[in-house]
Amino acid sequence: MNANATIIEIVLSAIFINNFIFSQFLGCCPFLGCSSKIDTAAGMGLAVIFVMGLASAICWIVNEYILVTLHLEFLQTIAYILVIAVLVQFVEMFLKKSVPSLYSALGIYLPLITTNCAVLGVVLLNTQYSFNFLQSVVYGVTGGAGFMLAICLMASVREKIEFADYPESFNGFPIALVTAGLIALAFMGFSGMKIV
Amino acid sequence: MNIKQQFKEGLITNNPVLVQLLGMCATMAITTSLFNGIGMGFSVLIILTCCNVVISLIRKIIPNDIRLAIFVLVIAGFVTIVDLVLQAFIPALSESLGVFIPLIVVNCIIIGRAEAFCQKNPVGASFFDGIFQGLGYTCVLICMCVIREFLGKGSFGSGIFNTTNGIGTGSGIHIFPSEYGALVLTLPIGGFITLGCLIALMQYVLKKNEKKKEAKEKEGANV
Repeated sequence: MNANATIIEIVLSAIFINNFIFSQFLGCCPFLGCSSKIDTAAGMGLAVIFVMGLASAICWIVNEYILVTLHLEFLQTIAYILVIAVLVQFVEMFLKKSVPSLYSALGIYLPLITTNCAVLGVVLLNTQYSFNFLQSVVYGVTGGAGFMLAICLMASVREKIEFADYPESFNGFPIALVTAGLIALAFMGFSGMKIV
Repeated sequence: MNIKQQFKEGLITNNPVLVQLLGMCATMAITTSLFNGIGMGFSVLIILTCCNVVISLIRKIIPNDIRLAIFVLVIAGFVTIVDLVLQAFIPALSESLGVFIPLIVVNCIIIGRAEAFCQKNPVGASFFDGIFQGLGYTCVLICMCVIREFLGKGSFGSGIFNTTNGIGTGSGIHIFPSEYGALVLTLPIGGFITLGCLIALMQYVLKKNEKKKEAKEKEGANV
């Protein structure tokens, strides 16, 4: 992808073609950790969409107006992770005060998002593709939507797998990984759609 | 805790990827060639060791409430150093690992070890912990690379052996023609499935070991 990508291309690419989990391996830890029940999976997905969208917007501004103007591009990683950590903390406080119902639904998943590599990943990719502000925000939100799609699919499959009869050593993570591999195989069908 | 025990823990019984299940993203994403695997493994090893030492040095003056933020800052500092060094001296590696080098910041292995080990242990022990956990990680990466490369492309050590244009290029030693390989293993799916099978194997071996130990103890009790 490059800076000339249209919004529709970015949306399709982020959700289906280059899905963050199934083709870029970003955000696998929460994907495997929070996908045993569909409710928690949906909550995690929503939280990630929210934080990824906000982080893309704020990091774009930080990069464009602070780091680039001061020629401090080498501090990108540090600046981004700081922004994300502060942002997550801030969102947590804001939700606790003003939308307590959403806060209690997201619960412990909010702080965990700081170490979700999909969030840092999307911000770094925005810079790498040199997206403008609108493109960055769209990529962030739809990347989060792709994550949510993946984690909800995975949770619904895992609820069924509980009853399956697989070798004992595959208990827990291994069977989840193999399942994820098979879902990724299905997602490969989208890679035929070459638009960017 | 002695060094020998730490060595065994890092490589086998408490392996960061196969037993603690940390840092899976990079493990699956970059293990497509031996060159990437070794490069990533050693980058993590160096960062992990440095962070362990620093965090264990300052462990007594960190306020408990903001310790995670401080860990992340220390880690981000070392990651930036390694990133810049790689860009300057091994550009091929930096290019092929791409976004996964800065993403070491959020690699759970490093935060996990800082939280679980360095906070409570002196500098020396933390130093060796970093080295052995890093070695354990590198070994898993190398295993994944070798399996995926051999079964997927029928080659061994691409980017390291038979280089055509400096290190990081070339397709390695061909063991069988690549059109007979299971191409699927070099794609994302292969990453998921190979890691799943490796973890399953590890669980099987550990369980078997435990049973053996139990049987031995029982025998001892009977005698």
